[in-house]
Amino acid sequence: MKKRIAALFATLFAVCLFTGCQNSGSDENTLTVLNYGKYLDPKAIEMFEEETGIQVEYEEYITPENMYTKYKAGSIDYDLICTSDYMIEKLINEGETLEINFDGFSNLSNLDTTYFEFSKAFDPENKYTIPYFFGTVGILYNKNMVDEADMQSWDCLWNEKYKGQIIMADSVRDSFMAALKYKGYSLNTTEEAQLLEAQEILIQQKPLVYSYLVDEAQDEMIGENAALALVYSGEAGYAIELNENLGYCVPKEGSNMWIDSWFLPKTCKHQENAEKFLDFLCRKEIAAMNFEYVYYATPNKTLVESLEEDLQNNTTIFPPKEVLDRCEILKSLDEAATAKYNELWKEIKSTD
Amino acid sequence: MVKKSAERIYLGLIFLFLYLPIAVLIVLSFNNSKSRVVWGGFTLKWYQQLFHNNTIKAAFTTTIFITVISALLATLLGTLAALGIHAMKAKKQAIMLGATNIPLLNADIVTGLSMMLLFVRFTKLGMSTVLIAHITFNIPYVILNVLPKLRQCSQNTYEAALDLGATPFYAFRKIIWPQIRPGVFSGALMAMTMSLDDFSVTYFTKGAGINTLSTMIYTEMRKGIIPEMYALSTILFFIALILLLVMNFGSSRKDKLAKERIG
Amino acid sequence: MNKLKRQFLAGPYLVWIIGFILLPIIMILYYALTNQTGEATLSNILAIGTPIHSKALFLSLKLAFLCTAICLVLSYPLAMILSNIRKKHQNLIVFIFILPMWMNFMLRILAWKMLLSNNGVINSVLETLGIPPLDILNTPTAVVFCMVYDFLPFMILPIYNSMARIGKDIIEAAKDLGAGSVTIFFKIILPLTISGVVSGIIMVFVPALTSFAISDLLGGGKVLLIGNVIEQAFMQEYNWNLGSGLSIVLMVFVIASMALMSAHDKEGGGAGVW
Repeated sequence: MKKRIAALFATLFAVCLFTGCQNSGSDENTLTVLNYGKYLDPKAIEMFEEETGIQVEYEEYITPENMYTKYKAGSIDYDLICTSDYMIEKLINEGETLEINFDGFSNLSNLDTTYFEFSKAFDPENKYTIPYFFGTVGILYNKNMVDEADMQSWDCLWNEKYKGQIIMADSVRDSFMAALKYKGYSLNTTEEAQLLEAQEILIQQKPLVYSYLVDEAQDEMIGENAALALVYSGEAGYAIELNENLGYCVPKEGSNMWIDSWFLPKTCKHQENAEKFLDFLCRKEIAAMNFEYVYYATPNKTLVESLEEDLQNNTTIFPPKEVLDRCEILKSLDEAATAKYNELWKEIKSTD
Repeated sequence: MVKKSAERIYLGLIFLFLYLPIAVLIVLSFNNSKSRVVWGGFTLKWYQQLFHNNTIKAAFTTTIFITVISALLATLLGTLAALGIHAMKAKKQAIMLGATNIPLLNADIVTGLSMMLLFVRFTKLGMSTVLIAHITFNIPYVILNVLPKLRQCSQNTYEAALDLGATPFYAFRKIIWPQIRPGVFSGALMAMTMSLDDFSVTYFTKGAGINTLSTMIYTEMRKGIIPEMYALSTILFFIALILLLVMNFGSSRKDKLAKERIG
Repeated sequence: MNKLKRQFLAGPYLVWIIGFILLPIIMILYYALTNQTGEATLSNILAIGTPIHSKALFLSLKLAFLCTAICLVLSYPLAMILSNIRKKHQNLIVFIFILPMWMNFMLRILAWKMLLSNNGVINSVLETLGIPPLDILNTPTAVVFCMVYDFLPFMILPIYNSMARIGKDIIEAAKDLGAGSVTIFFKIILPLTISGVVSGIIMVFVPALTSFAISDLLGGGKVLLIGNVIEQAFMQEYNWNLGSGLSIVLMVFVIASMALMSAHDKEGGGAGVW
């Protein structure tokens, strides 16, 4: 018995050392990527690893604020990060980004230049970022559980009818966006009175809320655990594919249009690998894989042109112009305003 | 008689409470529908997908790696430490044991965070930081299992052996080791259990792309539930079942071993 | 090898203690007592007094008390029944009751999520029985349920162990001397198992007080425990000083509760419970 246990330990030890060496052996040729959860097909990473021999260390985060902390902590040297417009603006302003060297790119022409124009809102010279996906924020609802007419206005999030069936976003800027837009204010406001008003209605809303979620919201809606949820358009597109009772709408008061882009942070140690990866992502087939995986609007026009017609015309995924016209892009806030938002949000979350 | 059946019912209720959730996971793992309540027929596809899911596979290997390595190193360090501490005077012993109790009694979240603060200050987070953290919270379990056995050892036999010309190592191997071995093994086993089940400490000390099963399941759950998780639960449950059965009832000295596990 | 030399065997461990036990605590104390520009301050620790934080702490204490109490009430009779089972089956039955503990902690949370969600198993059963559905997912109740489930074995084991150690002859002797079962319980069983109870309480109360994963996954963002506040200070708000300050407060609470309990515990610490 004793010998057997010892043998078992010895084998396990040997196996572990072996796998351990494998883990740390190829330290040179790696790429550390930080991305939103569920935002890249894992198969694409495997393909990239096979093709280039670069080992990808892939890490995920939930909200842009989460990403900012992970990056700022400095405990991990990220090579490549994908995040949203306002957060990129903040990092560019803080001088945390590196210029991308576009010379080596062979698939860049696949991207629609319109979106580089859009990106100028936070990256004025298009030096630092490559757009990845874009979309809107709106309401995903279950047609059997709500009155579709109600969904045209943010008012539905405050409607007593849906008590205990509303999923709000567990993300400061998104939740405030809904409240501010409902009250008719800009989603980038820093005026205290308006923020307090938004906070007040968000607190009022709390008894109606089933839960505050980000990525899980989609799953809960597919499982019909809630009637309506504040979500990003792609999640809605994907959920509708899986459950035909669901629908999506961008309320008439206006909403947020966002672009998620890739950038190279200052901690980047493998710039060439990162650029190779970016170029890889711009490839049509890879963009197609990722599109099918996340279902957000892709700026890859070569891909869009090749999609089936009804997918191209899917207004949930590809927001039509009249919807985009009533949407605003989130701007980065200064430190004081960020702190104010966080403070107010924390108070909301801790109220009963 | 009434008392007997009341006892039975009570045992049954607790049994239900403990096993119903697990049974639900097992049933769902064979359900051919993504829904949580509708039975869509029997399938093994989640198991197939599980074996093709590299995230889960990687987390599994990492977990085994961290558990085994940290338990082994903790056992080595801890046993040596116990031998050393045993030879100390009462006051020194108290200090060492006091320090040993810190990671044992402190909240996981605080242990994890304080180690993260240290690592971030001096190095980068990665596999080695997780290992160090695991070893740190594992050592106390080894020490506290070995030390009582050492205290039961008679010092005289050991010294007699030395007087009769045995080398210290030989005397240790022949006299001390047989007496502390059960303590070393149960310490190692406890260390492995703690490592396996740890979430908080790993969560705060892991580097990019490194996930143990616990942190992987946590990240996956924050993204929504994939049916592969049910399959994973089922497999892990049966692995635990078999391992425990072998450990408790497999050996000829089953009573002794089982007693050590529990007592 | 003489005693002095043998002490050096603990050398590597001493280095380890200094490097990985004491130094981290010094780090967290340093962060707790400074602000983001590095000046000394007490504000991070006093921050526990703000309504948000004190509320979270109170809720954590409340849930931890509840969870511990429920675990105790469930475990004590169970341990008694288990210790009276005939020796032949005892190992097997005890084994059955600790097996769930070996399932991964996260998967046990997942199981409860499946059971409790609006369209979950429990509600479907209730629906077929014509009973109105439960709305407990995303409430503190769900968190307590899951905590009890997760930590129950930590209560069962120490109590069972202390119970199993009571010699049957003592009880027989008491019976022969005319003691009723109530007397036996209060005069023999309870005093002899109190150390097991104390260990159990510590082993359940501390993780329940400091957990953040359960409330994160089952609270739907609506149950804010002190663990969540600390985790968010570190991982969301990038305010390590505040997070450290609150951690210190939490540590004080943990130590205080343990000191309070182990005043009754002659065996000392949670070490003997296995």
